[in-house]
Amino acid sequence: MDRFLPSPTARILLALLAILALAPLVFPSTFYYRIFTLISINAIVVIGLVILLGYAGQISLGHAGFVGLGAYANAIGPTHLGLPPLLALVLGAALSAALAWLVGRPILKLRGLYLAVVTLGFGILVQMVLVNESWLTGGPDGMAVEDLGLVSLVKALGLKMKTAQVWYVFSGLMLLLAAWVALNLRDSPTGRALRSLHDSEVAARTVGINVARYKLIAFVLSAVFASVGGSLLALFNRFVTPDVAGFIHSVELVTMSVLGGAASVLGGIAGAALLTTLPQALTVFHDFETVILGLIMMGVAIFMPDGLLPNLANRAKRTRRTNR
Amino acid sequence: MLESFLQFTFSGLTVGAVYALVALGFTIIYNASDVVNFAQGEFVMIGGMSTVFLRQDGLPLAAAAALAIVLTTVIGILLDKLAIARAKRASVLSLVIITIGASIFLRGAAQLVFDKQLHRLPAFAGEDPLTLMGATILPQSLLVLAGAAAIFVGLWLFFNRSRTGKAVLATANNRLAARLVGVDTAFIMALSFGLSAAIGATAGVLITPLTLTSYDVGLMLALKGFAAAMLGGLGNPFGALVGGLAIGLIEAFGAGYVSSEYKDASAFLVILLILFLMPRGLFGKKTVERV
Repeated sequence: MDRFLPSPTARILLALLAILALAPLVFPSTFYYRIFTLISINAIVVIGLVILLGYAGQISLGHAGFVGLGAYANAIGPTHLGLPPLLALVLGAALSAALAWLVGRPILKLRGLYLAVVTLGFGILVQMVLVNESWLTGGPDGMAVEDLGLVSLVKALGLKMKTAQVWYVFSGLMLLLAAWVALNLRDSPTGRALRSLHDSEVAARTVGINVARYKLIAFVLSAVFASVGGSLLALFNRFVTPDVAGFIHSVELVTMSVLGGAASVLGGIAGAALLTTLPQALTVFHDFETVILGLIMMGVAIFMPDGLLPNLANRAKRTRRTNR
Repeated sequence: MLESFLQFTFSGLTVGAVYALVALGFTIIYNASDVVNFAQGEFVMIGGMSTVFLRQDGLPLAAAAALAIVLTTVIGILLDKLAIARAKRASVLSLVIITIGASIFLRGAAQLVFDKQLHRLPAFAGEDPLTLMGATILPQSLLVLAGAAAIFVGLWLFFNRSRTGKAVLATANNRLAARLVGVDTAFIMALSFGLSAAIGATAGVLITPLTLTSYDVGLMLALKGFAAAMLGGLGNPFGALVGGLAIGLIEAFGAGYVSSEYKDASAFLVILLILFLMPRGLFGKKTVERV
């Protein structure tokens, strides 16, 4: 039976593509295109965290810092330097990768979760710079972001689509790309090495894996995912504020990834979808947001350390076995 | 010139004493359980905020402060009993996620129970500044320093003279061995969380007349306390004291001579430098492993 089906990676990607293609059929209004775009963009960042948390077993408490770098690269680059938006996105990702490499290299040589503290400080520092250097960043009020030109491109091609629909398609394709990269990484020698050190660093070292190097690769990759997600967010909203780099945003991202299941790409996407729609569904959510995030983090870590999706999958497997 | 130097020294030592207390709280919990408690800063916040609000409800300052410390202690013990102790076989990663979650939860709860405003307390021993060689020092600063010193001396006595204190040290050294000789390690864990919370709350009560407090001050305090603990060497109470004072001084001089906008960045830079150059800190054990 398995021979006739495509590989697991292809199956997951096809399922995602099917969801993205069919979802608009049940959208009651264009507002839903916006929410799904936000989900896709958040999911891209969360997939980066899945690589760091789930594959390499390290946690970042300042990932919003990288999101902020990407977002402001697309705000500052075109406005102050006249760069085309796509180049700004690439430069933001390169800057994030370079910073992650610089900070991560010495720290990931140490055993333990020092990366958590360092990234916490990093995120706070990025936000501090964004707030204080208002000549460049507009300060606490934020700044406008130049258009990517997607809509005019689509018009030039002769297609009739609303802005929200164009972004829905674009962000969905970017999400598929991110998921493809992460899933391929998982099954590559690098991914295997990463997962082996997540299970046991000592064992990984014994079989000749350069543990520090692979952790660093995971951290740099996750920073790039976050930065690209940040750029997309800025381009989609056409506006950025320093909050995008804030600690609460970092915690939201970590909660999304642990909620769905930190070791699985699909889990990460599910976590992003849940926590992005929740505030839209419950308007009171805003006041209780931090309390709820805290409860989710504690609850998941205590009661289902593998996250929601793997936990449900295990249960389904178990009941299927007992039914047999 | 000398006046401003002295002024920065005083203010640095005062906030440094608070960072030292936060670092001490980290150290106690870290030694008893290997948990890095990211909620440590929230204890300081809850101590200060609940004193403010209990006082608004009509309690005298001393009673409000005492009740606030008791309340925070209970929250610390609950954090252990309801979350940490339940996740016994959890990985270090899960424990970090739990304490981050607790930190965010307490911050959110404080925002709901109290409010989002900045609050202050009146100084305990009057607002008239004393003058020393041209620099002024508030009586409250002296109280903060004296309070920190009293806590450090008291803990030293507790750990070295009392049976329970020695049981804590035994647990810190080797949990399994401690259990084998009859130490109730679950009790020691709860005690450590309670003690850390009480110390944090006391720091919060003492510093609020000087620096104001609000629901979101915990995060920064945790980061700075952690920097202090790293600098002194994670797990070493004496290191926490030296590290805390040092971070306070670095911050005060940085704010005075370099940039006050970026004074909060100094703790982060210190953490980075320590991890790059001497991961064991000043007085740490030789157990930091390289991979």
